[in-house]
Amino acid sequence: MRGVDIPEDGNVLAGVSGADDAGVYRLSGDTALVQTLDFITPIVDDPFTFGRIAAANSLSDVYAMGGTPLTALNIVCFPTSLFSLDRLASILKGGLSAIVEAGAQLLGGHSVDDKELKYGLSVTGLAHPGKLISNRGLRPGDAIILTKALGTGIIATALKAGLVGDETRIPFEKSMAQLNKTAAEVMRNFPVRACTDVTGFGLGGHLKEVLGKDNLIIEIYEDLLPVLPGAIDMASQGMNPAGLYRNRDFVGEMFSSGHARQEICDMVFDPQTSGGLLIALERDVADDLLTALHSAGVSDASLIASVASSKGPSIVLV
Amino acid sequence: MLHIVDAKGLACPQPVIMAKKALDEHGEIAVLVDNKVSVENLTRFGASRGCAVEVEEFEGGVTEVRLLMGGQAPSVRKESNVAAKAPAGPLVFVFSQDRMGRGDDELGSLLIKSFFHALGELDNVPDTMVFYNSGVKLAAAGSEVLEDLKKLEEQGVDILVCGTCLNYFNIVEGLAAGRVSNMYDIAGAMAGAGRTVMP
Repeated sequence: MRGVDIPEDGNVLAGVSGADDAGVYRLSGDTALVQTLDFITPIVDDPFTFGRIAAANSLSDVYAMGGTPLTALNIVCFPTSLFSLDRLASILKGGLSAIVEAGAQLLGGHSVDDKELKYGLSVTGLAHPGKLISNRGLRPGDAIILTKALGTGIIATALKAGLVGDETRIPFEKSMAQLNKTAAEVMRNFPVRACTDVTGFGLGGHLKEVLGKDNLIIEIYEDLLPVLPGAIDMASQGMNPAGLYRNRDFVGEMFSSGHARQEICDMVFDPQTSGGLLIALERDVADDLLTALHSAGVSDASLIASVASSKGPSIVLV
Repeated sequence: MLHIVDAKGLACPQPVIMAKKALDEHGEIAVLVDNKVSVENLTRFGASRGCAVEVEEFEGGVTEVRLLMGGQAPSVRKESNVAAKAPAGPLVFVFSQDRMGRGDDELGSLLIKSFFHALGELDNVPDTMVFYNSGVKLAAAGSEVLEDLKKLEEQGVDILVCGTCLNYFNIVEGLAAGRVSNMYDIAGAMAGAGRTVMP
């Protein structure tokens, strides 16, 4: 939308001009609408699982803003010439299972005949205008927690190549099918500085966005990066998706890999589907949030990075 | 004689799949591709197979990636592989506590978790893993590394868990991976090891 003048009334709290995860519109002093829309092409073979993952991926933006999903609409592009309608029914059931778990209501949707299958949701949520969580505002001394393991883009590519066994496929699907609901609920009890969800830009791309032009350095602890089983092996075998290299080029010279092996850098730039929440908060309370996430069952959550003062924005693996 | 693989116009992972097949059959291949992603991925693939990798760009956006089997030492990943350089005899990992390193306990718990994840990624898993003192908690119900440990057990790793220690912590019933062992077997495993690793 660059170059297009978009008029905003005073109630737009997050709109096109920002880089927030979802749009936010103030309805009253204590209520704001959080709106987002996302759809994806199949990333796994099983239709129910794909539906579930696509819906979890769509709902995630609302959680990242500090909102609660309220209603959802299905978005469907479906090749009726290639697949039976049973397949579509399974996809929608998978999506519904995620909507129900989110505590939201499915109100309807729209479908078109298309050459390529796509599915996702338009989600509307609610938030208190004073309790929105931005994706900016890091300070020196902050710690950063990531709530899901990395590597979904690489494993998805390897899956297409037929190189993935159940020991890799099952945790990969499980991770993407998991909602960020629990992580978001736990996060609410802590003084969170910034939050976003990790998606197609990869961890590195999102860290760049969170940094903006701040004179800060984010030090990623390479040993503490949560990584899906099999992802390192698949990266070393050349199963990196094109998006990974785009993300690496996007972050550019701001990133330095230190002594980390190439496959760890690949994890930093791997585009994620239904990735975890990236939560920044003061170091003093970060351990408590991590413990709370683990006890709530968000078992892959890990304290992956710390923030310090610097001459300019930079990201480094240590 | 170089075997030519024409992967022009194809997106990843296709060129890598074609290269994989051709390399297994011919040992020396030249893959023609027309995008940077494929060049990077083929380079990684070649390194993972211990190939010499040569890249040459031609006019018209076509790049030739030559992979020559046995042309160089295996990649860093293989070199760092403990078992590859280990003297004869089994590789034994010893866990004397339920976390990794001394200093901060919470950090130690995180480290041991990521250590177990990493262990599952190694090409050569240990032959034997020994758990004693608070290390036995890693093999008991509630352990955060249990899934990885069970996978290692499925891969044939012999997991010895100190029975005295399980009794001491009152978690004999909770043993979820490996077998209850005694100090004779543990001492025997350590004494007979080609290499012992204590993370």
